[in-house]
Amino acid sequence: MVNIDRITEKLSILADAAKYDVSCASSGSKRKNENKGLGNASNGICHTYTEDGRCVSLLKILLTNHCIFDCAYCVSRKSNDIKRAAFTVQEVVDLTINFYRRNYIEGLFLSSGIFKDADYTMERLVRVAKKLRTEHKFNGYIHLKTIPGASDELMHEAGLYADRLSVNLEMPTEAGLKLLAPEKNRQDMIKPMGFLKNEIIQRTEEKALFKKAPMFAPAGQSTQVIIGATPETDKQVLQTANHFYKNFNLKRVYYSGYVPVISDKRLPALNTSVPMVRENRLYQADWLMRFYGFNVNEIVDEQQPLLDLDIDPKLSWALRNLQCFPIDINRADLQLILRIPGIGMLSAQKIVSARRYSQLNWEQLKQIGVSLNRAKYFITCNSHKFERRDLTGTAIKQYILSQSQSKYIKASSVQLNLF
Amino acid sequence: MTTLLYDGTFEGLLTAVYEIYERKLLLIKIQKGEWYSSALFEDVLSVITDEPRASRVLKGLQKKISAAGLQRLYAAHMAGIENEDITFINYIRYAFDADYNIEEDYGNKYVLRVSEIVRMVRREKHRMEAFVRFQKLGDETFYAAIEPDFNILPLLGKHFKNRYTDQKWIIYDLKRQYGLHYDLYDLQFISLDFVMGNSQNVIAAYSEQEGLYQDLWKNYFNSVNIPARKNTKLHMRHIPKRYWRYLTEKF
Repeated sequence: MVNIDRITEKLSILADAAKYDVSCASSGSKRKNENKGLGNASNGICHTYTEDGRCVSLLKILLTNHCIFDCAYCVSRKSNDIKRAAFTVQEVVDLTINFYRRNYIEGLFLSSGIFKDADYTMERLVRVAKKLRTEHKFNGYIHLKTIPGASDELMHEAGLYADRLSVNLEMPTEAGLKLLAPEKNRQDMIKPMGFLKNEIIQRTEEKALFKKAPMFAPAGQSTQVIIGATPETDKQVLQTANHFYKNFNLKRVYYSGYVPVISDKRLPALNTSVPMVRENRLYQADWLMRFYGFNVNEIVDEQQPLLDLDIDPKLSWALRNLQCFPIDINRADLQLILRIPGIGMLSAQKIVSARRYSQLNWEQLKQIGVSLNRAKYFITCNSHKFERRDLTGTAIKQYILSQSQSKYIKASSVQLNLF
Repeated sequence: MTTLLYDGTFEGLLTAVYEIYERKLLLIKIQKGEWYSSALFEDVLSVITDEPRASRVLKGLQKKISAAGLQRLYAAHMAGIENEDITFINYIRYAFDADYNIEEDYGNKYVLRVSEIVRMVRREKHRMEAFVRFQKLGDETFYAAIEPDFNILPLLGKHFKNRYTDQKWIIYDLKRQYGLHYDLYDLQFISLDFVMGNSQNVIAAYSEQEGLYQDLWKNYFNSVNIPARKNTKLHMRHIPKRYWRYLTEKF
């Protein structure tokens, strides 16, 4: 390396600018190390954690933070007076390889400010990935941002080298985007997502027929929406997420609580705290939709457009639907057991396995890992002791809250301060 | 109550099971170690590890639980967690005494405990896959020191060999004083007499750019932090302090 100080400075500027993109997954791919090369990509590993508790799995950087756009929420916006820098293709390649060999990272997450135009930027991102794959036999994980408006040819090439591709929707609704990023167009984001969806389906079919067919973005595509910069309700956010899961086969939708970095009359004030509890509740709701068989309308609807910050969305659903309970733990289907507050995926599977041997009682449920302080109001098991009082939802919530030391009780009193 | 003393190996454990059935013992205690004299008035049986007996028990066990289940039991025992030997003995006895496969009977406390130990071991293995930090030495070998809670080094070989096929590496367990060495062809267990445990000696052996990349990594780690989201409790839960010693970004 020629200039140590310069590369160090570039890294701090371009890592700092990339950190608001919360996607960190390095899982879902199955790239093997079959060419006696470097690395593989499989289940995903978090190599370290930042002091805010987020996982660090990939070297997440921008190629450059020069940008022709002026989006209000973005720290790299054109009108923001900050230091600018740009990596060369070779510099990114060297950093990736050397970090990877030391087991610091699972791979590279490369995004970029938009310089000149979409194709010019995308072409450089693709060049980094191509160089890693072909010249350095690198089989680690590569996540590339697709630049809205880039040509289909470039997107196709990106898919041949990357494990995952993503286009950020940025705002949960079109109106939100118009407000904060008037130069951007939601159609420009949706078009590449549609292209990638079709390409991924087609390539997967080919791969099933011909084993030698090249992989195409084996870890699929994801997106991110910023929460709390615009006044959308959780209902709007989750319905957007649901729409993209259903119609674009997205692997993940990431929710990024807005961190006030710039002063702008369209944005929450600089002293507004990051809506971390809300963000967490959205992820819980997202999990309910993807793994627990919940329909989005069961989680949020006209009467309940906002998620309850005090309690998790599953408990909240259960309290609104007391007629579904109590559920007999020794008989109910797995799908129903998954709907019981205080029982997670692992416990539910253990219960279904274990009850084939003997009828389970409270003690055994506790041992298996069920949170009885929540679950006990909703289940019966092999015991005569169970909740017989006809409690209202409000009463159950009071009992549960009074017994638990929620990590959020303090935090949730700090409400989001919009405008 | 009979106290069985055994040598701590899996074969030893299986031999102990043989003795239990042979002598029709009911209540037992089991521990690792040699005959001790204070046990004069206790009923102590010193188990002498015996390959034929152990393999007879193994064969029987193979008929009772799946190959994967046996693998899990083996890994759980190898982890070397204190005072859990009785769990394994009771698990094996339960497997023998039942006329069905007991692997998923989590209502049974020994089956549940073994599954918990397996989870702890897996988590430690996974943590090491994440927290190993190689340092490139002058001879092109990538060296990492670890001090895992449990004995999981043998479980790490496959992952690191698949991943770093084209570089020589050593992962050394300083707590248990042995290491795993990959020389571009084979994996071998090694023990180093010289003092790799002394970090000064490792630093003296660094390759030319090692310091630079360590600094760049620390710099990166600090740059991606978002102070407005600070959450020390969560941070500590993910990386407990005992692992910090060997994390480049933390030392």
